[in-house]
Amino acid sequence: MSDVALLREPWPNLERQRYAASFGIWTFLATELLFFGGLFLSYAVYRSLHPEAFRVASHETAIAYGTTNTLILLTSSLIMTIAERAAVEGLRRLTITCLLVTAALGTAFLVVKGFEYAEDISKGLLPGPDFPLRPASTQLFWGLYWIMTGVHAIHLTVGIGVVLVLTALISRATIPLQTPASEVISLYWHLVDVIWVTLYALLYLPGRK
Amino acid sequence: MIGFSDIAQASQYATSVDIKFIVLTVLSGLVALLVFGLVIFFAMRYRRGSLASRAPLPNWMHRDLEIGWTAATAFTFLFIFWWMATAELGALTQPNTNFEIHVEAKQWMWKAEQPNGAREINEIHAPSHTDVRLVMTSHDVIHSLFLPALRLKQDVLPGRYTYLWFNADRDGTYSLMCTQFCGTDHARMIGKFIVLSPGEYARWSAAQPEADDIARQGAALFVSLGCAGCHASASRVHAPDLHGLYGSKVPLEGGDFATADEAYIRDCILLNKHIPAGYPAIMPRFKGTVTEAQITRLIAYIKSLSTALQGAS
Amino acid sequence: MTDITADFAPATAPAPTNYLNDGTTLWSWLTTTDHKRIGILYALSITFFFFIGGIAIGIVRLELLTPQADVVGAEAYNRLFSLHGIIMVWFFLVPSIPATLGNFLLPMMIGAPDVAFPRLNLLSWYLYVGGALFTVYVILAGGVDTGWTFYTPLSTNYATGHVAAAASGVFVAGFSTIATGVNFVATTHMLRAPGMTWFRLPLFVWAIYAVSLVMLLSTPVLAMTLLLIIAERVFGMPVFDPARGGDPVLFQHLFWFYSHPAVYIMILPAMGVASELFTCFARRRVFGYTFMVYSLLGIAVIGFMVWGHHMFVAGQSPLASLVFSFLSFIVAVPSAIKVFNWTATLYRGQITFEAPMLYAMGFLALFTLGGLTGLHLASVPLDIHLHDTYFVIAHFHFIMVGGTVSAFLGGIHFWWPKITGRMYPESWARFAAITMFLGFLTTFLPQYVMGYGGMPRRYQIYLPEFQIYHVMSSVGALILAVAYILPLLYLGWSLLHGRRAGDNPWGASGLEWQTSSPPPKENFHGTPRVEHAPYLYHEETTGPDVDRRVPSQAREERP
Repeated sequence: MSDVALLREPWPNLERQRYAASFGIWTFLATELLFFGGLFLSYAVYRSLHPEAFRVASHETAIAYGTTNTLILLTSSLIMTIAERAAVEGLRRLTITCLLVTAALGTAFLVVKGFEYAEDISKGLLPGPDFPLRPASTQLFWGLYWIMTGVHAIHLTVGIGVVLVLTALISRATIPLQTPASEVISLYWHLVDVIWVTLYALLYLPGRK
Repeated sequence: MIGFSDIAQASQYATSVDIKFIVLTVLSGLVALLVFGLVIFFAMRYRRGSLASRAPLPNWMHRDLEIGWTAATAFTFLFIFWWMATAELGALTQPNTNFEIHVEAKQWMWKAEQPNGAREINEIHAPSHTDVRLVMTSHDVIHSLFLPALRLKQDVLPGRYTYLWFNADRDGTYSLMCTQFCGTDHARMIGKFIVLSPGEYARWSAAQPEADDIARQGAALFVSLGCAGCHASASRVHAPDLHGLYGSKVPLEGGDFATADEAYIRDCILLNKHIPAGYPAIMPRFKGTVTEAQITRLIAYIKSLSTALQGAS
Repeated sequence: MTDITADFAPATAPAPTNYLNDGTTLWSWLTTTDHKRIGILYALSITFFFFIGGIAIGIVRLELLTPQADVVGAEAYNRLFSLHGIIMVWFFLVPSIPATLGNFLLPMMIGAPDVAFPRLNLLSWYLYVGGALFTVYVILAGGVDTGWTFYTPLSTNYATGHVAAAASGVFVAGFSTIATGVNFVATTHMLRAPGMTWFRLPLFVWAIYAVSLVMLLSTPVLAMTLLLIIAERVFGMPVFDPARGGDPVLFQHLFWFYSHPAVYIMILPAMGVASELFTCFARRRVFGYTFMVYSLLGIAVIGFMVWGHHMFVAGQSPLASLVFSFLSFIVAVPSAIKVFNWTATLYRGQITFEAPMLYAMGFLALFTLGGLTGLHLASVPLDIHLHDTYFVIAHFHFIMVGGTVSAFLGGIHFWWPKITGRMYPESWARFAAITMFLGFLTTFLPQYVMGYGGMPRRYQIYLPEFQIYHVMSSVGALILAVAYILPLLYLGWSLLHGRRAGDNPWGASGLEWQTSSPPPKENFHGTPRVEHAPYLYHEETTGPDVDRRVPSQAREERP
């Protein structure tokens, strides 16, 4: 009954469809790695060319906010995993609760990030003629900071939106609880988390004793 | 009609490039003729309804022939690579020459400065039978200096020096073009490349206005821009002594080493990019207050302070 | 295996329901998830852009008839060639064969009812349209003037055209490509019919699979690179700004890391089409199937390692140049193998010369010539002279137009009866194929010569000694225009008045020919079962039309 509702063209059976969903999302995650890879490569090149400037610049990042956000996001990944497992086991209420908590934690990340951005701007850390740090190549670090955290935040926002849509569809029973979509979304969420952890290491940790 | 004899060859190197081109083109032509010949032959002989034999192919044809032409192709291509590369290796290492012409590209003109300070716009004069090095930078976007008669080109970058060196052996007037799209008047950024015999070149350069030793001009700038205030030996400020600096290995703050070449000196002046170990980071940045021409002269002066070099000719 | 129908008597009426008349409203087309309809949506879109890009370069070639600037101003000229490049690369060539023929044929060739993610497929098309809308805006607002390569700092700090909008359009279209790549890879892995093992796949499927891998892994890097340009230009972030320590050459590395595999995105599907055409019209299995498969994969993989051959004079180290040169010679080997194998496929065949075969032979000749000049450009000393001259323009047009467009047109003609249920008029098609071949040579052969003579790219005015070559080139472009407009006309005519085609008018092998023309919405009635290798054209095996073949007079040698 719910199996029939889940099965869609062109799949001959549900097991194959689930496997394909998993295959598809892993393939997509590979493309996301290459997408962020360009940024990581640029960071690596510039850090090797301007090591001192990068040390000076990364010392100015708000590590308290950054660490808080890392903890928030790691927790959200844990909750997301619980949600996905609960969905497979058929635990409807637990699934919906955990999805909502995940979305809430994601939103909390964005709020914290908003405060952090406000502090960065008040310290004048937007690349431009009035940039407070020397030498000039510290602006390279900060340019990459804004771009990398900005692109990550966009990915996170999309993730929050998708999680909320999934929650709504499941709670209204528009789609069955065992939908392959929960594995897909869960994997995407973990990728966003992994990217953040990498950014944390690249942006916040250098330059600190 | 352009034939190869019409494309001026202004150097031995240019001739060697033409030979490579002709040989590779002939080889490619033979391969193409082989393929086209076979295709046309098969198309005629094996058109539908013809009486040629269609017996099954023997096994060796499937396996050995395939391996054979794969190996032949691979070896041929590797041979071509090797031939092109080894002949190129000689041209890869810069000659040890004092004769430098500084080139600055900007939208949309070429500015050149001869070793004696003579300046040209959209023209570069050079003596033949001399190892000449062009030291080039851009004022704005990426340009590319193309000297077709020499079969040479090199991109000219902002914020960096790039180099082109040659030894021309045929006097004449050739073209000079920009070959990296650089904006509105990219196609109008053309000029003349004029090769003169060494004697004629000497007469020409002596007759130019502003002909003065650029290293001497650099010494004057060193004082007037305030560099001597910190870097002169009498100064009380703790700043590196620049005698012997050019070409040496400088230990930097942070443990790395850098070689003090033109790029190093330029980056120190413009961006304070490198802090030598043991010195405070107090040098002011001169970006915006020093022109490209002034940097060229300062570098020439600093080079002259190194005992290894005897100064610009 | 489902029924083998060798149907040569044209049916008098189309099958009662097929994918074309299964819902005839515009809404049913715009919300379709049927891969065949999506293929047609793409075909219409890319044809539109092909002609826009063609008009742009038509004006350029008109300007180049004389050495002076007398048709357009300098800025307008720069915007015209930039638009031509951007449109032709991203809005025509990259989607051309994969999104049209690939979409239509991939599921059918493997015996599947649709692609793995049909709704994602529709989203792909809408992403393409989204990117296309940006491009239309750019055209109407005055164009972009950086060349299709967007080099910095010109694009970030100096260009006056609509750089951010153009970059955004390409960015969005790039996600269309990525989505298509994900879909095709999943489809090939997971929806092959029973018995369709990997090494029974037609080479067109292998080519689409290989190109999908390349699309997946390279396009995201382009997306990031364009994002970085927009960040610098619009938001002032110093990414490539040398005044703040940035490196404009880093842009080139990032850009070419995508753009070199991009040219393999453009040629691999054409190679797949060529294999289908040669086998059918020589009535022979392809020579060296296994080598052909590994060549496709080899080109896809090694194609990621050669990007630096666009940067020999960019300021990279001589050692790096030599490494990239070496790898560029290596990547040429699998292409050469394919050329030899296509030639050998003709040996002992039963060759006929319908229009698809003419296009295939044109592909072979022009791809071979273009590929051989790739050796010149892979050689460092030659490339130093030839870089950014018309020699390079000739080289890549031989491959992309002589190669890909020839194969694309050949494929369109070959599968036209399957897609539309109608035959095209053969004489007109042969005329168009020959016209294209001759027009192409007239346009681009002179460009090799003037390139060596030192005629630079992207120049509106030039030295008078090059004029004769430019005139030849422009006349050839006019001939090419005729050769492109003709198919538009007679293919359109055939939709209404063409002879109705049966299931398999060519007697071709391949699962797509085992179902009706046009096919039903679900592609096959029942699931096909595959029991043998592809390209069953030989006499000594049973095949789709073994009773139709003209018997060769002799199994014994002719005296």
